Amino acid sequence: MTDLREKSVAPVVPEKVGRKRRIPPAVAILLGAALILILTYTLPPFRNYQLATVGAYFTVTAGLTVLTGLNGQLSLGHGALMATGAYTFALTQNRWLSMPLSVLAAIVVTTLAGVVIGLAAARLRGPYLAGLTLAVAVVVPSVTSTFDTTFNSDMGLSIALDPPPGTIPMERWQAWLCWAGALVTAFLLATLTRGRFGRDIRAVRDDETAARLAGVHVARTQVLAFVVSAACAGLAGALFAVLAQSVSPGAFPLTLSLFLVMAIVIGGLGRLVGALLGALLLVLLPALAQTAGERSGSQHLEGNLALVIFGVVLVVVMLAAPGGLASIRFTLRRK
Amino acid sequence: MTGAGALLEVDGLTAGYGAAPVLHDVRLSVPSGAIIAVLGANGAGKTTLLRTLSGLLRAARGSVVFDGEDLRGVKVEHLVRRGIAHVPEGRGVVTELTVDENLRLGGLWRRDRLDAARALDEVYDLFPALAQRRASAGHQLSGGERQMLALGRALIGRPRLLLLDEPSLGLAPRITAQIMALLRDLRERTGLTVLLVEQNVRSALSIADEGVVLSLGRVVTRNNAAELRDDADLRHAYLGF
Amino acid sequence: MDRFVYLTFDGLSRGAVYAAFALALVLIWRAARIVNFAQGAMAVAAVYVAYSVTDATGSYWLGFVAAIVFGLLLGVAVEKTVMRFVDHSSPLNGVVVALGLVLIVQGVLGILFGNEYRPIETPFRRDAFEVGGIALLSRYDVFVFAAVGAVVVALTLLFTRTAVGLRMRAAAFAPDVSRLLGVPVGGMLTLGWALAAAVGSLAGMLVVPTELGLHPTAMDVVFVSAFTAAVVGGLDSPIGAVTGGLVVGLLLSYVSGYLGATVAPMAVLFLLVAVLLGRPGGLFSHSKARLA
Ligand SMILES: Nc1ncnc2c1ncn2[C@@H]1O[C@H](COP(=O)(O)OP(=O)(O)O)[C@@H](O)[C@H]1O
Ligand SMILES: [Mg+2]
Repeated sequence: MTDLREKSVAPVVPEKVGRKRRIPPAVAILLGAALILILTYTLPPFRNYQLATVGAYFTVTAGLTVLTGLNGQLSLGHGALMATGAYTFALTQNRWLSMPLSVLAAIVVTTLAGVVIGLAAARLRGPYLAGLTLAVAVVVPSVTSTFDTTFNSDMGLSIALDPPPGTIPMERWQAWLCWAGALVTAFLLATLTRGRFGRDIRAVRDDETAARLAGVHVARTQVLAFVVSAACAGLAGALFAVLAQSVSPGAFPLTLSLFLVMAIVIGGLGRLVGALLGALLLVLLPALAQTAGERSGSQHLEGNLALVIFGVVLVVVMLAAPGGLASIRFTLRRK
Repeated sequence: MTGAGALLEVDGLTAGYGAAPVLHDVRLSVPSGAIIAVLGANGAGKTTLLRTLSGLLRAARGSVVFDGEDLRGVKVEHLVRRGIAHVPEGRGVVTELTVDENLRLGGLWRRDRLDAARALDEVYDLFPALAQRRASAGHQLSGGERQMLALGRALIGRPRLLLLDEPSLGLAPRITAQIMALLRDLRERTGLTVLLVEQNVRSALSIADEGVVLSLGRVVTRNNAAELRDDADLRHAYLGF
Repeated sequence: MDRFVYLTFDGLSRGAVYAAFALALVLIWRAARIVNFAQGAMAVAAVYVAYSVTDATGSYWLGFVAAIVFGLLLGVAVEKTVMRFVDHSSPLNGVVVALGLVLIVQGVLGILFGNEYRPIETPFRRDAFEVGGIALLSRYDVFVFAAVGAVVVALTLLFTRTAVGLRMRAAAFAPDVSRLLGVPVGGMLTLGWALAAAVGSLAGMLVVPTELGLHPTAMDVVFVSAFTAAVVGGLDSPIGAVTGGLVVGLLLSYVSGYLGATVAPMAVLFLLVAVLLGRPGGLFSHSKARLA
């Protein structure tokens, strides 16, 4: 068994990854941007909207895969962090009507939230960390009811967006915004994880004691990883707010956080390409399930079928991979 | 002392933890009623051998025949029913349970509740120190008490074959001597067969009939105890004293 | 003062349910070193079974029994088909698989029953008796205390007085040694999951009528409270789970009563953070903090 695994997986995969690695991130990002541009001019509005959603999801899954895949911290709270970003965006936008400012505010505020959770998270392991972040995911939406004069409870807030410049249709504009965010995020993460930070977070994941002995500041590295991924979640939250032109607690249920985990696990933990794949699945699968639901004429099937499929895929992938997460994970060796 | 009368017959046993085996082609024969010592330096594969015999570790190759039955088809859980007791290295006392619970655990599988109860009393008679500490948790016991507990728990199953992994580990010489004397006594009284793994060569050979020396997972020598004791070269080469 | 007394009883009643649910988490944690994040979803499934049976037969108690039995079976099924195969090299594996189960269970429930809240009846009235002019507790609260009390007593007897209980404890603490002593460790694990799921189902039956009603995600918040209770008491300690449950119940009741119901979830989160950072081994543990 072990023998086989070592022979078939180990030499093949890193080589492939290694070859991909030779394409500098900047080139990959530019190619991606060009592709998106072409797509936004060819796709119909609804597809553009879906494309935009993929971009928004990618923004958060990219950050999460760095946290979970490269640093080994599982967060079930990223849905709540997205909510933080989305609400900050909404409140700032409705007040000052400036999208750059609002996006910036969303990132800053969510980053601060990430610092708080990350400080706690760095002292926790395994199920305790999962439990804490799960609590965050479940509890944070209830804040909207506690401070209902600001957040307007379950009704949420609608957002006064700046109109798209010129005659650009809304959906294309949304796709551009989301993908601008996604690609910048991916570029920054790719650059970041190739440098010293990347080496440190992987060292901490693999063996905390060894990392400490090698001079890595373990706690600081973990907090930093959490903060980076929180910033991504904040931006993603803002992008979701741009997409929906409104925010409400119902848009950020616990299942959103679980979906994000599923996406990065299925895509192959620790790879940005995997995060992209996961983001794609998050949009495609529910769409397919919805179609199937409409065909069958059962309203109950719609959202729920996607839930079941996601769950089954997640369980099957976890059980089929020998060693669980560790073997799904890619090592991203530096050359 | 090999041949048809053997209670345990091991042949061509190869086993390990990953791709590379730790044990290579081990052959071993334990006659009924004998005390056989398995000797060897740290890391020689003694523990691995016992774990493979009892099925905690699956063998890559080879056979383990106990009383005419190939043990590879027997689940670990059913080993006690065949009459095999394995006292693992580090004694295997369940530290969260009390002395009494540990001992009762040793007899839970038995149909003959009456005899299980009798065996429990016998163990308390054999180890008065345990009788005084019935209600103490395992983690409160001293090393010697733990060893007595593990040994006593094994005896409650009235085994025919006892697999003992380094009973002297961390014990004072006096207590080690007591335990060795007890083993010899048990063999005399009940005909118990013992496969005794030890790094403490002197103690082990003081009661064993025969010794088997393991080195890097291979049997390098097998001889009767007296001769092994006197073989200085061998001791220097494999046993480090 | 009256209000304080009322809130105290109310808190203890809620706490009893969290205690039962936390107990279910502790049972599995001790047996398998897995925090069963699917416990809430599994309990909701059992309550839906009860709902259907009660709907069909008109008898609350038939539904009640059906939920418990279904819980047992679901526990067996989950352990035998999924959890048994989880790789234990990282504690995250078990967590992620359990989360997958959450999605499956919630999705299947949604498909079968739809996603609207269904009111669910209680077998006893929920308005409080008055003693000396002070509203103390309702018949339903008494029922909750009795049910949870019975479970705690039964589990205590099982684990301390019976051979099966001894086997289960031994199998959990020292699986290899137990196998060598003839304990069917796999079977004990399955039994542990079955018992835990049944206790979780009971907790679900008790708590769902007091909350918003039946819904595939009805136990999400309860799970967080129960997890907090288990952590407060120390994941390894059944007594801690019961104590932790009562602590969380009282906290929720006082906070809801004095500060408003919407603040309560945050209070639980604060308690969880405080305990995790201050005493990760639980408030009542003497041993070193256990982090994984
Ligand atoms: N759980 C394990 N996983 C991998 N290798 C092991 C394990 N246990 C022991 N080994 C290796 O097997 C060899 C024999 O170990 P062991 O049987 O414990 O020796 P002994 O009991 O004679 O000291 C050693 O090289 C040891 O490193
Ligand atoms: Mg050894």
